[in-house]
Amino acid sequence: MIVAFVAPLIGAVLIAVTGRSPNLREAVTLSTATITFLTVASLVSGVMDGQRPAVLLFEVLPAITLSFTLEPLGMLFALVASFLWIVTSVYAIGYMRGHNEQNQTRFYVCFAIAISAAIGVAFSGNLFSLLVFYEVLTLSTYPLVTHAGTDNAKAGGRTYLGILLATSIGFLLPAVIWTMHLAGTLDFQDGGIFGQGASGTVLSVLLALYVFGIGKAAVMPFHRWLPAAMVAPTPVSALLHAVAVVKAGVFSVLKVVVYVFGIDVVSGLASGQFFVYLAGATIVIASLVALRQDNIKRRLAYSTVSQLSYIVLAAMLATPLGIVGGTLHVAMHAFGKITLFFCAGAILVASHKTEVSQLNGIGRRMPWTMGAFAVAALSMIGLPPTAGFISKWYILMGAVDSGQMVAAGVLIISTLLNAGYFVPIIYAAFFKPEDGHASDQSHGHGHDHDHGEAPWTCVAALTLTAAGTVVLAFTPDLPLTLARFLTGMPQ
Amino acid sequence: MTAFLEHYNYWIAIFLMMAGFYTVVARGNLVKKIVGLNIFQASVFLLYISMGKVEGGTAPILSGKPEVFSNPLPHVLILTAIVVGVATTALGLSFIVRINESYGTTEEDEIQHMDDEP
Amino acid sequence: MIAAHFPILQVVVPLMAAPFVVLFRNGTVAWFISFAVSWFALAISVALLGQVMDAGEISYAIGDWAPPWGIEYRVDKINAFVLLIVSAIAAIVATFARASVEKEIPEDKQVLFYSAFLLCLTGLLGITITGDAFNIFVFLEISSLSSYALIAMGRDRRALTAAFQYLVMGTIGATFILIGIGLIYMMTGTLNIADMAVRIEAVSTSPTTVAAAAFIFVGVGLKLALFPLHLWLPNAYTFAPSMVSAFLAATATKVSVYVMLRFMFTVFGKFFTFEFLPESPILIFLASLAILTASTVAIFQNNLKRMLAYSSVAQIGYMVFGIAMVNVSGLTAGILHLFNHALMKGGLFMALGCIAYRLGATSIEQVAGAGRRMPLTMFAFVIGGLSLIGVPLTAGFVSKWYLLLGAMEKGWWPAAVIVLVGSLLAVVYVWRVVEAAYFRPSPDGATTVEEAPLSMLIPTWVLIGANVYFGIHTDLSVSVAKQAAVQLLGLAP
Repeated sequence: MIVAFVAPLIGAVLIAVTGRSPNLREAVTLSTATITFLTVASLVSGVMDGQRPAVLLFEVLPAITLSFTLEPLGMLFALVASFLWIVTSVYAIGYMRGHNEQNQTRFYVCFAIAISAAIGVAFSGNLFSLLVFYEVLTLSTYPLVTHAGTDNAKAGGRTYLGILLATSIGFLLPAVIWTMHLAGTLDFQDGGIFGQGASGTVLSVLLALYVFGIGKAAVMPFHRWLPAAMVAPTPVSALLHAVAVVKAGVFSVLKVVVYVFGIDVVSGLASGQFFVYLAGATIVIASLVALRQDNIKRRLAYSTVSQLSYIVLAAMLATPLGIVGGTLHVAMHAFGKITLFFCAGAILVASHKTEVSQLNGIGRRMPWTMGAFAVAALSMIGLPPTAGFISKWYILMGAVDSGQMVAAGVLIISTLLNAGYFVPIIYAAFFKPEDGHASDQSHGHGHDHDHGEAPWTCVAALTLTAAGTVVLAFTPDLPLTLARFLTGMPQ
Repeated sequence: MTAFLEHYNYWIAIFLMMAGFYTVVARGNLVKKIVGLNIFQASVFLLYISMGKVEGGTAPILSGKPEVFSNPLPHVLILTAIVVGVATTALGLSFIVRINESYGTTEEDEIQHMDDEP
Repeated sequence: MIAAHFPILQVVVPLMAAPFVVLFRNGTVAWFISFAVSWFALAISVALLGQVMDAGEISYAIGDWAPPWGIEYRVDKINAFVLLIVSAIAAIVATFARASVEKEIPEDKQVLFYSAFLLCLTGLLGITITGDAFNIFVFLEISSLSSYALIAMGRDRRALTAAFQYLVMGTIGATFILIGIGLIYMMTGTLNIADMAVRIEAVSTSPTTVAAAAFIFVGVGLKLALFPLHLWLPNAYTFAPSMVSAFLAATATKVSVYVMLRFMFTVFGKFFTFEFLPESPILIFLASLAILTASTVAIFQNNLKRMLAYSSVAQIGYMVFGIAMVNVSGLTAGILHLFNHALMKGGLFMALGCIAYRLGATSIEQVAGAGRRMPLTMFAFVIGGLSLIGVPLTAGFVSKWYLLLGAMEKGWWPAAVIVLVGSLLAVVYVWRVVEAAYFRPSPDGATTVEEAPLSMLIPTWVLIGANVYFGIHTDLSVSVAKQAAVQLLGLAP
């Protein structure tokens, strides 16, 4: 477990040292990513057998320790993050070179640190460790968001850091200290750590502090950092804003609901109901906003905001089926959204296009890319035979199960909206004729038309993840088992 | 009224203290500020010395026969405090000399004006 | 036994060294003596802390005149801790001083500069160690007079006016303390602090005692720059030589906080201070204003030294806040922050010293692009800044943690909110610098790496490293602070 956490850190140092030679640096990145994934993967069988290994790193304050405890939810998150790191590294190499970005060493170093922090979040054995790695993740991704160094990037970075730090210091930190004050412990335990003593009102307020404090879950009104962070290079948006950072957010929400409050407690809280509605509102509003975005990455960002709230909604339903659905969605959405971002990046590298309205006919020039895009979009919408269908199915079951018809209605409406903002892109890419004239005016370069596919590493990466969404749909055993462990459901 | 008069030493101390304090706050000339600071400190010295006085007591010098002494401790303390006061005054005046060298004035508002401009 | 004389050696060695260095007309020799003396003082204070933790309070009668008639030096857990802070910062800053002073102080003044530094150290150590109230005043003046002189040695002519302003306000503060001590002496007939504490109970409702308390708290408030008595501080820190800013920011206000603790809890006792007098709400009110106003003002400063100075005013607010809670968590937070803030502000001002050494100025325009030119220095600044904000795994987080815990134990929700808002404001002012340093090109377009000399970088990193170390291994700092808090509150350990 320690190896999985430390490997990316050592990688970061090595990357910094080998910064002068790009080939060596990228070899280090790839091999570190592989080692990390293999280490994480080797832990799976133990967790499946019901083991819960724990490691105490050190004691910071009396009764407050930095420690790792492996449990199914964290296992799943760590698996997803470390696997996608490999894929993203492959992609990033093609992207960064194809795009001639500067400061590439800083980029890879911060990336490795961010992954290490994400794994730290996944493994953390108590709230304090969670908080620590959560903050490290925020800080280490800040240089990635502002990578371009332009005024625009700095403004985006400011929003990013501002919202994430403000919510975590303003809400999460007091929530953690309050928990310490009430429960006397911060360790995650099955069924929650609050005894009978705490009143419903206090717990309601506390739950609100947690959900708003975990700004990375992007529940409205604290979602604005996500579109702002789209100024980052595409691999960053892909891994961090589709996988590591936002997933760390919803993962924390799930973890707090399951292991700090306990499902039974949350289902009895007034604010739990409030958050079902709030998450529902976020889903619908974000989808509506996404419809109106012309920039591909911004459209994807708002789609992420809405998909994240699926998971928050699932957690707040506080039924076993809902939790299973939410957990599955962590993995399923990760594969789908990373593919979409990879595609957006590939389009940018190959054709320098960033707007949806410029994509007419691009499917013929970049068939692999747009094919992958179509598959991933289907998964987002939640159509079989893609992974998104399975998790959505469970969340819907959870909603029906707990009698939350409003939630069920929201899910169905949002499916239609998802279709509304993805299908036109696919249609335009494959069936509309190429819009040569307009393109000439806007660019003035004839050679823009002569582009084909993006660099092969990019295409390989996005094909792989697209395949992943289909494969996961047919063999969801691994995540499903892990998710069921979480709720103590029979196998 | 008698209570007022009996404690006349305190009233003198308080009057001097306020006079000194007012000078420090209200005067713009740095030298006058230092003068005010001196009056302010001197009032405290008087307060200490007068509180050590015992009615009918003499200076505490051993002469062999029992006598009433004034309490010598406050006097000794004030000797130290006077030394501190002299040092403060010396340091303050030396600052004023150097301020005058570099600004060409010892008026606070003019210095302020010159600092705001550069 | 030499160990028995540690309390007096702690003060006398730097005192003797101060005139001694003036005999040498050579800056390097003077520096070496100051350097050796500071490290020697650190060794003694470590030994003293060890003795106190093992064997309890130490009482040392000067010249064998038994207290309460003679002057007593008394070392207990809290002042042993403060002694350690002061001497450790002095030792590190003295190491740092060599290169910085060569650059900033004219050759012929260097000897006198070091002499004043040693006197200032003497004064601060003396205030802390003495068990005699009048002695506190004397040492206070020794340290103040020498620090006025140190500040006046800044290169900018505004250093002179800043020093003068500080001299006037500092003298008024010290005189107030003198009046207060005189009034207590009138009521109790003793100057020994331990003796005072016993005798004051009989007269604790007398108006004279109340007046004495008022004079002392206002006087100390001036010295520790408690809002709104902080006006002297920003100018003084801004225009002082870099090394002086680092030293004073990390020690002078801390010692004043200690004096306040001593009078509040030991001399007057917590019942008099917090139940008979309404100190708690007053302090909370002032501390909240300090945190909010000073942090906001810090955001708008272009000179980074001034920005850190205002941040100091805010951080002092946190300490006073913790003290005003009068419970174990709050008081622990206050004392802990004393220590942690010394680490972070010392480190930050030293990092600015490095910047001033290379780039010549510390305005935010000058710092632009410094992340590339001075990577190690700027990284140190970033870590120090994170500690100031209170990010987990830095020392600042630990003190914030206890502060919030204390507020929650009291049920003071608005207080917790103010602390959190203060942290957010700190994010803003620290991040302005980070953005400038890393994402803006340097003004003259230079991109070559020009780090400060190692003799400056290493001490800076020692302090910054300590921020991280004490953010992770809190055994030492927290346990000492907690024991000191328990002792001050008079609870059974």
